[in-house]
Amino acid sequence: MEYIDDSFEAVIGLEVHTQLLTRTKMFCSCSNKFGQKPNSLVCPVCLALPGSLPVINEGAVKLAVKAALALNLNINKKSLFARKNYFYPDLPKGYQISQYHDPISSNGFLIININGTDKKIRINRLHIEEDAGKLIHAGDKSYVDLNRAGTPLVEIVSEPDLRSAQEAVSYLKELRDILVYLEVSDGNMEEGSFRCDANVSVRKGGTGKLGTRTEVKNVNSFKFVERAIEYEINRQISAIINGGYVMQETRLFDSKTGKTESMRSKEEAHDYRYFEEPDLPPLILSDEFVENIRNSFSEADLPSVKRKKYIKEYSLTPPDAEVLTQDRKVAYFFEKCIEINKSKGFNINEKQIANWIINDLLFYFRNSAFISKFLKNALKSPHGIDIFKDRFTVISSPPRPNLMYDAENIGELIEAAGPSAYSYLPDIFKVDNRENEKKIITKTIMSPENFLKLILEVEKGSINKNTGKEILGDMLLPAPGKEISKGMLLPYKTVEEIIKKNNLAQVSDEKSIEVLIKDVFEENPKELNDLISGKDKLTGFFIGEVMKKTKGKANPKTVNELLRKYIASYKRTGGN
Amino acid sequence: MQPLYELTIHELNGLLKKKEIKSVDITKSYIDRIKKIDPVINSYLSIDPERAMDDAKMADTVIEKTSDGDFPELTGIPLSIKDIYLMKDTKTTCASKILENFNSPYDSTVIKKLKENNFVFLGKTNMDEFAMGSSTENSAFKITKNPWDTSRVPGGSSGGSAAGVSAGLCAGSFGTDTGGSIRQPASLCGVVGLKPTYGIISRYGIIAFSSSLDQAGPIAKDVLDCAILLKSVAGYDKNDHTSRKFEIKDYPELVRKAGKSIIKGLKIGFPVEFFSEGLEKDVYKKIMDVKELFKDLGAQTIDISLPDTSYSIAAYYVIATSEASSNLERYDGIRYGYRFIDDKNKTGDLNELFVNSRTKGFGKEVKRRIMLGTFALSAGYYDAYYKKASLVRKLIIKNYKDAFNKVDMIAGPTSPTAAFLIGEKMIDPLSMYLSDIYTISINLAYLPAMSIPVGITGENSSSASKLPVGMQIIAPWLAEDKMLCVAKVIEDTVGFAEKYKPPLHESFFDEGKGRTADMADRSANIK
Repeated sequence: MEYIDDSFEAVIGLEVHTQLLTRTKMFCSCSNKFGQKPNSLVCPVCLALPGSLPVINEGAVKLAVKAALALNLNINKKSLFARKNYFYPDLPKGYQISQYHDPISSNGFLIININGTDKKIRINRLHIEEDAGKLIHAGDKSYVDLNRAGTPLVEIVSEPDLRSAQEAVSYLKELRDILVYLEVSDGNMEEGSFRCDANVSVRKGGTGKLGTRTEVKNVNSFKFVERAIEYEINRQISAIINGGYVMQETRLFDSKTGKTESMRSKEEAHDYRYFEEPDLPPLILSDEFVENIRNSFSEADLPSVKRKKYIKEYSLTPPDAEVLTQDRKVAYFFEKCIEINKSKGFNINEKQIANWIINDLLFYFRNSAFISKFLKNALKSPHGIDIFKDRFTVISSPPRPNLMYDAENIGELIEAAGPSAYSYLPDIFKVDNRENEKKIITKTIMSPENFLKLILEVEKGSINKNTGKEILGDMLLPAPGKEISKGMLLPYKTVEEIIKKNNLAQVSDEKSIEVLIKDVFEENPKELNDLISGKDKLTGFFIGEVMKKTKGKANPKTVNELLRKYIASYKRTGGN
Repeated sequence: MQPLYELTIHELNGLLKKKEIKSVDITKSYIDRIKKIDPVINSYLSIDPERAMDDAKMADTVIEKTSDGDFPELTGIPLSIKDIYLMKDTKTTCASKILENFNSPYDSTVIKKLKENNFVFLGKTNMDEFAMGSSTENSAFKITKNPWDTSRVPGGSSGGSAAGVSAGLCAGSFGTDTGGSIRQPASLCGVVGLKPTYGIISRYGIIAFSSSLDQAGPIAKDVLDCAILLKSVAGYDKNDHTSRKFEIKDYPELVRKAGKSIIKGLKIGFPVEFFSEGLEKDVYKKIMDVKELFKDLGAQTIDISLPDTSYSIAAYYVIATSEASSNLERYDGIRYGYRFIDDKNKTGDLNELFVNSRTKGFGKEVKRRIMLGTFALSAGYYDAYYKKASLVRKLIIKNYKDAFNKVDMIAGPTSPTAAFLIGEKMIDPLSMYLSDIYTISINLAYLPAMSIPVGITGENSSSASKLPVGMQIIAPWLAEDKMLCVAKVIEDTVGFAEKYKPPLHESFFDEGKGRTADMADRSANIK
């Protein structure tokens, strides 16, 4: 991007908060789930009733250590919890349990790739803390929902090594990818489980001294991060070149105006009165504990490593490799396809498989007509509502508990969810993580093998590409009215079944095509005459007419060949 | 026959075992006694006679069913509980207006354990608001009187519990001790109070004052009862991360076996810092008497030094108030408890709601401590106060470690004075804070200590008040067993309970006659 004055350089550091994918909350045994009925996931501890005490969730510590190891941080064998004190209705204890001095990990780094060049971004620390509840404002009243209170978080603080909004976004994406792949976080920015604050300052290029920084809050999408930082950089530069200065303050990004507004100055900043949490002893980690976690995942699980592998071994383009690795499940699906392709001797080109996933499979996931159809079918299954109820609560935000979950208001719900509707789709690919062995459960709605068979049918020419894409849509749909078992996705159909049922097999046999060509010639005598007298362009018209009659099932290659043969003979015989 | 309310837990347990009495008899005896005496003593904040009788019937059924008296020693025993313990479906106020109508939705671990023992719940006892105080005068609801002299305080903060045990209003009680809140009132009321090693009784469900100092403990009529109560609630609790895994000993059994011979050869340390200025003459004399007694029993008494004792009050008030300022932040008027809404000036301002609810909901002393603690933790002051206090705490721990390298047990006065007059120290918080001077360093060092009555003041004077004097015994970490045994031998040798009884036991209150009116006058005069 261009700044108002190019002689300035931006210095950016990011503070990322991400919720951990634990079963229970950070300091109590309440469920850690999103989108439930307000205040239904609470207990004396997360409600901060008198006398209640926090107990450290070991699962959360494990995830924090896993994330820290993946980010090359040093694990501190002894770390301390601290209280951050302030009053707010969504903070039931009046303090947040966090880590201040002595966090669980410090001094790491993350490699990001900027236009093909690797850059090392240092990470100051990753520490554990708990989330606050949520306030819901309605009219002149405010409601408190404490379901989120006590959700485990890690805060990851980068050093000010980022030099542009693009670098910041690239760091964030890389960080998110890692956390999602390791199943530390779901990385969902819209739901607020992955949040970011940016510390931004500017200085004259080449000077070593840091300028006064501002902290920009409320940047809850990659796009907003980029826009907010760019706005802030230019605001600061223009303040300085106009003879003013930058005040140390916290600023709020307004996504509607694209501007940042002052929220509170340094003087108004809270005095959080940090001190050691007396209800929790120091957290001591054994070497064994850390090593077990270190051995529980491999480098190969990380998206950047996968991307490199896809480019090198399967000759994918970097953008394609990027798309395939954005979602861990998609990457595993791709890898599973590669594996089966090899073991079953299908011999489909890997690039071709990638193209099918990127252009066709993912097309459906982002297609609201398809999602709507999917959900409608799912709901028609006997227990469909039970399975999707939670997701609909999420989609309808603010939650409407009395909402009837029927096929009729699905469209409305999807509209409300906007582009994020995809994330509410039930898992098309279930990934099984048992015993650290990540694998796709093949009994999902569409197995990788069925997917490959479909590609094979198209490659063989028994169906054309468009029909193939349509069939893919059908293969992904749940069969309406069939029993759903245990949240498991619904019965799937095989390629053969769909082709057979819908009579979609390509019409390749020459006899029937010849009959059709004759029909078409008879129906369009004028065009036929023009064609014979030399208007070759009309060949396309006749091919189209034949295809229409077969509802697209005719093999275009065969039609083309036969048509040309007939025209040639007509030309010779003069129409007889 | 002695009235049942005068008997100890182990005596009552003996009678229950022999099926000579039933729990309903005991419970009824206490309820009658409470109805008669407590309007003057004010040891209870709430009582529930019906519930108590139901508990008793339940206990009797359990006793009936078990053969050979094989039921827990607390089964069918009526106890009172300091109003700081959460107990499901009872009001838990912490003697504060801010929790005046707070109903506990869950049981604290201590209560859960007591219920498993089928105890009889009599009611919740008065205390200083949020356990902040040494006289129980900081209660938002009532002033508890010392049964030995109703113009005097029972001590605090567990004053209701100590007064109740002393006046025969319960067989035993559970209090909490942050800086002396069990031992000092036990001393002032002539009963036995024990503050265990930090972490051996779960704090879960006990309203926090200062998390790193708070510890639950029993107040009882004698040492053996104390041992019974301790054993029934001690143990690791997964709900309390500061509770510790340790071997629970059979304290009652050990106490029963303890004979004079265990004292022989013991080294008992007497810290010179505990016998400095401010120590009342009669208290000093009584402790010296016990020192001689130790010698007679064959112990070696050694004058030791705990050189950093003088810093303990300062360190304590920084740490305790800092933690309290944070612990009490949850009382904000949002989710439960008192909320002040000014209907006339309804602005809907959030800060106003916080400030007004807390200003009107908390009492003076609580607000004083919140302010002290907030100040001590503030940016720029943390190092000078909280951090320094934490360093002093380490020094004090080292003082005790060094001392326990030389001696087996430490002894001294529990409180510098016997019970003081109601109102006497309310105007001067510092003098009130000093009444815990011998007890608070024990909390800072996480040590176990107990107070047992060893004599009475004004024995040689006809006019002077006859008030109990308590001696404090301090033991190394987790040495509750040895501490209880030493205490038991001293108790037997001194024979306090046989010699002295609070005047209440002499039918002053029968039929509402006696000194009731007189005393009301006297407390009125003090104001």
